[in-house]
Amino acid sequence: MRGDQLAMADLFDPPTLPEPFTGWFRARGWAPRDHQLELWAHARSGRSALLIAPTGGGKTLAGFLPSLIELAAEKAADTKPEQPRRGPHTLYISPLKALAVDVARNVEAPIAEMGLPIRVETRTGDTPQSKRSRQKHNAPDILMTTPEQISLLLAYKDAEHFFAGVRFIIFDELHALSPSKRGALLSLCLARILRHAPEAVRIGLSATVAEPDRLRAWLMPQPQERTAPALAEFVLGQPGSKPEISILKSEERIPWSGHTTRYAMSDVYRTIGEHKMVLIFVNTRSQAELTFQGLWAINEDDLPIALHHGSLDVGQRRKVENAMAQGKLRAVVCTSTLDLGIDWGDVDLVITLGAPKGASRLMQRIGRANHRFDEPSTALLVPSNRFEVLECEAAKAAAEGNQQDTEPPTELKLDVLAQHILGMACADPFTADALFEEIRSAFAYRNLTRTQFDRALQFVSTGGYALKTYERYAKLKQTPEGLWRLSHPRFAQQYRMNVGTIVEAAMLKVRLVSRGRRKPLGRGGKILGEIEESFIDQLAPGDTFLFAGQILRFEGLNELTALASRSNAEDPQIPAYMGGKFPLSTYLADRVRSMLATPNEWRRLPPQVREWLTMQQIKSVLPKREQMLVETFPRGHKHYLVCYPFEGRLAHQTLGMLLTRRLERLRARPMGFVASEYAMAIWGLRDLSLMIESGKLSLAQLFEEDMLGDDLDAWLAESSLMKRTFKNCAIIAGLIERRYPGQEKSGRQVTFSSDLIYDVLREHEPDHLLLQAAWDDAATGLLDIRRLGGLLSRVKGKIVHRSLDQVSPLAVPVMLEIGKEPVHGEADESLLAEAEAMLAGEAMARA
Amino acid sequence: MPELKSQSPTPQSDAEVITLGSTSLVPDLSGAVWLEDTRTLLVADLHFEKGSAFAQRGVHLPPYDTGSTLAMLEQAVQRYQPDRIVSLGDSFHDDASRERMADEDVARIRALTARTEFVWITGNHDTAPPDDLGGLITGQLTVGELTLQHEPTGGLSFFPEISGHLHPVAAVSRRGRRIRRRCFACDGARLVMPAFGAYTGGLNVMSEAFYPVFPDGKFWVWMLGRDDVYKIHSRHLRP
Repeated sequence: MRGDQLAMADLFDPPTLPEPFTGWFRARGWAPRDHQLELWAHARSGRSALLIAPTGGGKTLAGFLPSLIELAAEKAADTKPEQPRRGPHTLYISPLKALAVDVARNVEAPIAEMGLPIRVETRTGDTPQSKRSRQKHNAPDILMTTPEQISLLLAYKDAEHFFAGVRFIIFDELHALSPSKRGALLSLCLARILRHAPEAVRIGLSATVAEPDRLRAWLMPQPQERTAPALAEFVLGQPGSKPEISILKSEERIPWSGHTTRYAMSDVYRTIGEHKMVLIFVNTRSQAELTFQGLWAINEDDLPIALHHGSLDVGQRRKVENAMAQGKLRAVVCTSTLDLGIDWGDVDLVITLGAPKGASRLMQRIGRANHRFDEPSTALLVPSNRFEVLECEAAKAAAEGNQQDTEPPTELKLDVLAQHILGMACADPFTADALFEEIRSAFAYRNLTRTQFDRALQFVSTGGYALKTYERYAKLKQTPEGLWRLSHPRFAQQYRMNVGTIVEAAMLKVRLVSRGRRKPLGRGGKILGEIEESFIDQLAPGDTFLFAGQILRFEGLNELTALASRSNAEDPQIPAYMGGKFPLSTYLADRVRSMLATPNEWRRLPPQVREWLTMQQIKSVLPKREQMLVETFPRGHKHYLVCYPFEGRLAHQTLGMLLTRRLERLRARPMGFVASEYAMAIWGLRDLSLMIESGKLSLAQLFEEDMLGDDLDAWLAESSLMKRTFKNCAIIAGLIERRYPGQEKSGRQVTFSSDLIYDVLREHEPDHLLLQAAWDDAATGLLDIRRLGGLLSRVKGKIVHRSLDQVSPLAVPVMLEIGKEPVHGEADESLLAEAEAMLAGEAMARA
Repeated sequence: MPELKSQSPTPQSDAEVITLGSTSLVPDLSGAVWLEDTRTLLVADLHFEKGSAFAQRGVHLPPYDTGSTLAMLEQAVQRYQPDRIVSLGDSFHDDASRERMADEDVARIRALTARTEFVWITGNHDTAPPDDLGGLITGQLTVGELTLQHEPTGGLSFFPEISGHLHPVAAVSRRGRRIRRRCFACDGARLVMPAFGAYTGGLNVMSEAFYPVFPDGKFWVWMLGRDDVYKIHSRHLRP
């Protein structure tokens, strides 16, 4: 590759860092690493580059070196540039506020040690307003910030002057940022910054990804003519030592189903005792709570074990982080809030409880252990059920073979585009032609058509409806010269209140009160953290739940606060497991299917899992890798159909929903279904085996791809998941304003409901931009339709059916989920009927 | 394009009738209520032109709410063939609604008021409803033993009363799921109607605003589902 040859040419005569940098490295007994020098060689010649290096490889320093060296020289020369820079010299953009703050600390250290007169500041949502407005006219040399702040800064009237002097832009954790809507927005922002500062050098820092070329292209303005994409230079750090991964071999019985890993608590506790500092990753907040609780219940040696998740109070989190950094803790139970590259001291083991769901996610978590580069990281995987044993084996093999299954950068999000167009109008009036061209240069929007762009522009201006009644209420109006401009400054205010693509679930503060107290005492009562409103909605006063490491009793709601008292209950009502957060990656799913089909590979599995699979061979069958097994059997007074697609819970839920409709039409009288990561079980009143044998039900037809046509369309009309997806798009696109604390008082009495808008829009304008955006999200998000589509075409003609007398061993796990998992289906009607019937029943009993 | 259930509710409902004083009322899935004795159809809180009211502030909700609300009302009229329609106030979202209304929608309203006796009760949003659309305008109406007005009274009740204004919704939790729906709320003395308008939000019947309306805190709701109306006692509801 040309870029690599260039790099080699530069390295042939290895560049030496100038003083005081060389001295600084020498004083520490270090030498600059090859990738640090290589990246500097590119950057100082004005070439943008992507650096992929493992954690602990000096990646962050590599990213900052070019800008520190240039700033140091600039300051030393002390020549006033002709035009003094008004804005920052370097932008550092990170996906996490905490990461920006942490990296600022790490960069300030060498700056102080070398005595460089370089000013570094952070700017996040938490930065006081006074400091933020000061930063606008007196910017630091290096500004460490988040994508949302960049959006805000670009939408100010003087954005041009602020950004004109930018020399370097560092994108940290680009692999994590680019697959999200935030990544799409940042891609648009990059296109705009480059208009203000065409010479700015982009440096992308990333963990290993499946397709580095996409990230290289992401950093570059893309050419208007559709030729090969422009690629940034590529610098590959030396890979770290191979991780040492083991899977827990517990003496205990591995559960059939569930996600608690409670069976393994004593094993985990013993392992903590054998290490200095252990990070314990779990997939959800509720799992974190349970694990923390479980470990303290057996903590005979009073080991300092802490809890860290995103819902905890910030003060509480900082305390844990500091204690970690100081080496005062032996273990921290945490969620993905600690996934990214934050350096938290001397971790010598990473434990993941529950399967990691993706090979790359596992590797990034493992990277948390042993920030010393040359020693191998060690990790212990703890499967929470028998299927997860297979998944852990697959993930281990993938990690050892360095196989990646990262998500590619996201593309063409129309709701994000609408938000950005409004922001650009806040900054300056624009012509549609120029803005279209600029936006098409952003990697994420390189395939945007002019029609799509014009529709987005119409949407921002008047809502984009076929019925043109809102011209007089337009947000953007066209001047006679053809410039689009904001029709009123209050829309700029509106934009700033609604910027960003993260739509948070409504959260309530949890305040500790004494038992039986329905109102807080003055301002008294400690705030324990925040919890989803939707969770609190389920609770009745007196219900107990686990939060912030203790069992609490729900006392009631007081405006924005959930009041709770300490409880002695032993068995809390556990927060629902939100298993849909990370669906099983396609790559791991395929490996698991292949493992099932290959008995030779079972030798590695624990005996109980081996027995389980052998029993399945005897009682039913194990499908080949490319096949899908369907089993039908009676149980109780119902008839069950279980299929094993291994496509993740979200796709299975959608499948369950659509099969229910089809079985209803075939008069199989389906009553419900339950979906797990691996399988889906649906049950009804008619004998499904008999229907199949008598030809009344054809499995090939039941799983026919055309279910993604009319059936899907009909279901989407009323799907609550689809409505939630639509609402998020409407908020991002700026149709619906965000709710803020304080406005929430009347939150239940919402001024209008997005569900109603969805209904009306679907009826009158099914092709509206927002419905398209929602559909696009549904394909990969909560409904995972794309994956379901892949499944249906994969199993065409490859369905293996067994009609059985009873539950098969493979079916046991999903059957055990029945009743445990809330069905996020469309069972509202039957639940309402049930609520009514329950009441009638009670009334009868009383009479 | 599948037919939208919410736009074409079926008239038949298995739900129990609502008994108010000695009058029986049929709760319709659309949110209207039917008085067989006097062949009167009641609706509340139509909020015509709410969409365009938001559009004035730059929130461009789809401009089809008045049309959708009218379509639902026309369907209910088709089903019941009433002699009289009473709209219980807040029929128009604000005093300028008439000016913003599309000609086609004006014509549809005039057709309705020409067809049957039509009464516009005034509300806090429409203290002076437009007088060029037909129908009578009044602050309060008595039908048999029932008093009809926009805002419910509080405290002890002396006459059976039907009102709107509060946009009642109710929530139940079953199997870890919360279901929230518009509803009728009635304790035998007072009936509060759900909001009929296409963009109208709701207020939970367990919130403080309902305390004076149902002083002893015991009442029933008729929740509007997709296919049916479900009668549930207030003790089973979630705040």
